[in-house]
Amino acid sequence: MSEDARWLDGNALGGLLQELFGAEMTAAPHTCQSCGTERPVAAHRVYLGAGTVLRCPVCEQIALVAAALRDRHVVHLTGAWRMEMPRP
Amino acid sequence: MAPARIAWRLAAVTDVIVETPRAKTLVLDVPGWPGHVAGQHVDVRLTAEDGYQAQRSYSIASAPEDATLALTVERLEDGEVSPYLTDELGRGDELELRGPIGGYFAWRSGDGGPLLLVAGGSGLVPLMAMVRHRAAQSSTVDTRLLVSARSSDEVLYRDELAGLAGGGLAVHQTFTREPPAGWSGFARRVDADMLRHVGPAPSQRPRIFICGPTAFVERAGDLLVGLGHDTAAIHLERFGPTGG
Amino acid sequence: MPPFSRGFRGRRVDVDPARVPPGQYVTRDFPVLSAGPTPRTPLDEWSLTISGAVEEPVSWPWEEFVALPSESVTVDIHCVTKWSKLDSTWTGVSVDTLLEGVDTDAGYVTAWCDGGYTTNVPLEDLTGGRAWIAYEYGGEPLEPEHGGPARLLVPHLYFWKSAKWVRGLQLREHDEPGFWEAYGYHNYGDPWKEQRYSGD
Repeated sequence: MSEDARWLDGNALGGLLQELFGAEMTAAPHTCQSCGTERPVAAHRVYLGAGTVLRCPVCEQIALVAAALRDRHVVHLTGAWRMEMPRP
Repeated sequence: MAPARIAWRLAAVTDVIVETPRAKTLVLDVPGWPGHVAGQHVDVRLTAEDGYQAQRSYSIASAPEDATLALTVERLEDGEVSPYLTDELGRGDELELRGPIGGYFAWRSGDGGPLLLVAGGSGLVPLMAMVRHRAAQSSTVDTRLLVSARSSDEVLYRDELAGLAGGGLAVHQTFTREPPAGWSGFARRVDADMLRHVGPAPSQRPRIFICGPTAFVERAGDLLVGLGHDTAAIHLERFGPTGG
Repeated sequence: MPPFSRGFRGRRVDVDPARVPPGQYVTRDFPVLSAGPTPRTPLDEWSLTISGAVEEPVSWPWEEFVALPSESVTVDIHCVTKWSKLDSTWTGVSVDTLLEGVDTDAGYVTAWCDGGYTTNVPLEDLTGGRAWIAYEYGGEPLEPEHGGPARLLVPHLYFWKSAKWVRGLQLREHDEPGFWEAYGYHNYGDPWKEQRYSGD
């Protein structure tokens, strides 16, 4: 296990994801495109750089990158995601 | 579970409660608050007059049944935001926040139990919301709470927990630096023996919520898996180094 | 404009405004930002390589790299997330030194790093005394969380261009957007023109 303490868990991304997708996503399962591990977003690792990077907790492969630009968000998703968005 | 796109709202501080020498609870009136589930958090955003902004997440301490929203904040020595929240904010001040956020680290009494709640220091905050919600629902769900703190004056909600214990809620404490005088309970870091004693057993398939500093949470999670608990039943929330 | 938080200042410092690019706030801290986990390459496995549009790649293992002529510089650094840190001190090897004797038609450089991070900079922005491969910060060996053992230092551009854990500079005839640039951050990144995002 990495001793690196410079990451947060995916719970910390909850606000941004709700802003982007209009739905709670911390419980959403994601399957890593590299190692195949399936975990909820909350169990992934969040790295804060210029933008935000979400990584697989097992192999650190990128699961999501989000950049908040001036007039839009750019979001890049990898692997398999299962999101549930409530209907009005 | 959660409502659609969340928006920043202005909350009004109606009370500030001193919990411990380093922690205070901010009681907030939030117009239009959509309600929350125990375990969820809010994002708080501070804006200085020159436009500088800082943002942090804080767990909601209050039960969903309460009319006001409560956040318990621990003052971090080198923090940028927490000292402002604990030292500056007072009744009548405003606080910008958005939420509620989170669906993974959340519990409704209807989800049932048994429950194992493990708190490291101020990691007790979201777990206390669960305990308060349980009480407000008059739930008798088998609940075991283990709180790890350095000394007794760092234990949040001490008296309230003592009053709530019973009726299916067992409260265990362990002190890692200085137990109170006359203490005969646990006085060491959380370990496998302690977790086995606190229970429930893996065969009872408890829902498990662990919150605190990263190292504490990782260790407790690993120990519980080692005792035979199902990884999928263990929910972790780590307080990380975003600064305070 | 969001409402003010009465009495909130954060941990910032009053300075001569002429030293602060637009939209930046000066701090005494040194925030740690990264796109991924801190790599832990042992020094006996580390090397720095100049490659790409050159006749022959050049490479230095750690002992040879730190034996190269070095400079200590005091510079201001500006992060796209809006914090600036003034008068930070670094020691490193000038990129001019590394490129001595290297013939190239390349106009661009991609810095590549342990952990997979990349960033792109025009070659002329890495030369003329404007860039270093730094291995000391504040007089001490550069800590891993800040990019140690060595990072690129290009203080006249936003600090995402000062790639942590750098292992090589690839000289190129064609520009190739790096990690953040590919997600919409500005290809050049001049803080004085507030070039944070593409289109700025």
